[in-house]
Amino acid sequence: MSSHTNDTTNDVSSRALSNLDLETPAKPYLDSNELIINMGPQHPATHGVLRVILKLDGEKVLGTECVIGYLHRGVEKIAENRTYAMFNPYIDRMDYVAAVSNGLGYCEAVEKLLNVEAPRRAKYIRVILTELNRIASHQLWLGTHALDIGAMTPLFYTFRDREEILKIFEKYCGARLTTHAFRIGGCQYETYAGFEKEVKHFLTYVAPKIDEYEALLTTNRIWLERTKNVGMISAADAIALGVTGPVLRASGVQWDLRKAQPYAAYSEFDFEIPTGENGDTYDRYLVRMAEMRQSLRIIEQAVNRIPEGPIMAKVPKVIKPPVGEIYHSIEAPKGELGYFIVSDGSTQPYRVRVRPPSFVNLQALDRMVRGLLVADVIAVIGTIDIVLGEVDR
Amino acid sequence: MAEDVKTPAPAPPPEGEKPTAEKTAAAAPAAPVKPAAAAKPEGPVPVPWSSPLVEKYRSQYGSGLDAQTYLGQNYFSVDRSLIPDILRLLRDDEQFDYCVDITAVHYPKREKQFDVIWILYSFSRNERVRVKTQIADGASIPSSVLIWPTANWLEREVYDMFGITFDGHPDLKRILLPDGWKGHPLRKDYGILQQDQEWVQINLGIESGQ
Repeated sequence: MSSHTNDTTNDVSSRALSNLDLETPAKPYLDSNELIINMGPQHPATHGVLRVILKLDGEKVLGTECVIGYLHRGVEKIAENRTYAMFNPYIDRMDYVAAVSNGLGYCEAVEKLLNVEAPRRAKYIRVILTELNRIASHQLWLGTHALDIGAMTPLFYTFRDREEILKIFEKYCGARLTTHAFRIGGCQYETYAGFEKEVKHFLTYVAPKIDEYEALLTTNRIWLERTKNVGMISAADAIALGVTGPVLRASGVQWDLRKAQPYAAYSEFDFEIPTGENGDTYDRYLVRMAEMRQSLRIIEQAVNRIPEGPIMAKVPKVIKPPVGEIYHSIEAPKGELGYFIVSDGSTQPYRVRVRPPSFVNLQALDRMVRGLLVADVIAVIGTIDIVLGEVDR
Repeated sequence: MAEDVKTPAPAPPPEGEKPTAEKTAAAAPAAPVKPAAAAKPEGPVPVPWSSPLVEKYRSQYGSGLDAQTYLGQNYFSVDRSLIPDILRLLRDDEQFDYCVDITAVHYPKREKQFDVIWILYSFSRNERVRVKTQIADGASIPSSVLIWPTANWLEREVYDMFGITFDGHPDLKRILLPDGWKGHPLRKDYGILQQDQEWVQINLGIESGQ
């Protein structure tokens, strides 16, 4: 680990934006101290079936290549052979820990294409469930991410509390994970008796629990050592690489689609966009913790002001959007989740393109881990918060 | 709220086309035969998009560029020859610094079979724009990896799914499907049950993956 290593480190920090990711391997052979190893696809810390090929100098990462597609099911092809309503449940199987968000994006995109707007009550129900799902997604992320780094306790804490959210989902629509909670034009189900009460109870229950997670980690010496200054990415690089969501915000870009281009009923609620400064793993952790608290704020406002009224807009029985194309995106827990839908005027979409946040964010992995140690790769994979079901689709 | 809901009401008629009262209108009976023709008066239609940005580019590129708005979303339809230039201008001069997505759509009946679409966003303007171009089957298109590094994987996916090649891409290879796979699944001529049997037999040791 002599001069060579230092060169690599300097190179990473000073690499100009213009040649980002365009470095070609300087030589077709390996030096005597270099090796290539394979991480995954069956690896407990790669969150699904992700394979990362690492080029190492000792334990220092010189470069990575992600091999993805192990979970590819051809979701976009399936969409072209299903009606708009039939495709809706498939959406849940992409980011399966945030199925509600996925459904919200798709339903809103089709509604835009149909020029329909969901009733206000439906929008509020959507906001409540989506924000609950954001908390659940962040809880699952925190538990597994901490487990990867070596802290086992947070997993039990977060899964205990996530269970409360899943119970609300189950009572609302019968499913815990792949909820299929929304329909094109609104919501299929009215809230069950006691829904508001249970959601309010959850809010008072979980707020101190988030403090509890923080008590375990925020000032924990090992946690700080493993996450501070690890996997840093600057705001300029993050934007150039198309990174969105908490990863972008932790680099100091205050951008959230819920504020920038409000959808559903988000323009009616007060909340803040938490940001970080350093763009490292620790800041991403802090941003997500703060986001959970902001989600609680949104839910509290929504559940207190939930209007009466219909939950379904007037949507034709057979959904046949006029010829045209639309792009609609929402702020999913992992970043910008977009749907580009082309209609040819028939009952089936001509083309559905899903812009998955995990896929695009994962591309930044190489940028974030160069010059770090192998153990840090695990931390960085965790901190990007990928779901392979969404990466591969 | 209720007024907004009314707007889509024109959509149902295509199904309930039967009413005889409608017979007088020439367009209505034609609907079942030619849905595309009927959809026009019912749904919104793209309208020309005018803005200082469009005027600037139109004077620069003339007929190679068309700008429209559909359902409040702006897009440029540009000639393939303008592609690297216009994307670079949009990023450098107009702050479209975030390339949201690159994708394609296959229209097998058209002479230029593919639409390639860039979805761009500008943080400073809080504005989205789409750039569309048409290319023929087998034609390539300049890569935008040098403009937005994020284009790397997005272009690889377009290549994987449609077989469109991007000139100047540093590492253009399949991304979601295995390297040796035959065919490009999101082309319209690739059936939903079709698969690379040979690949499945050799690599998975089974007759069929279905």
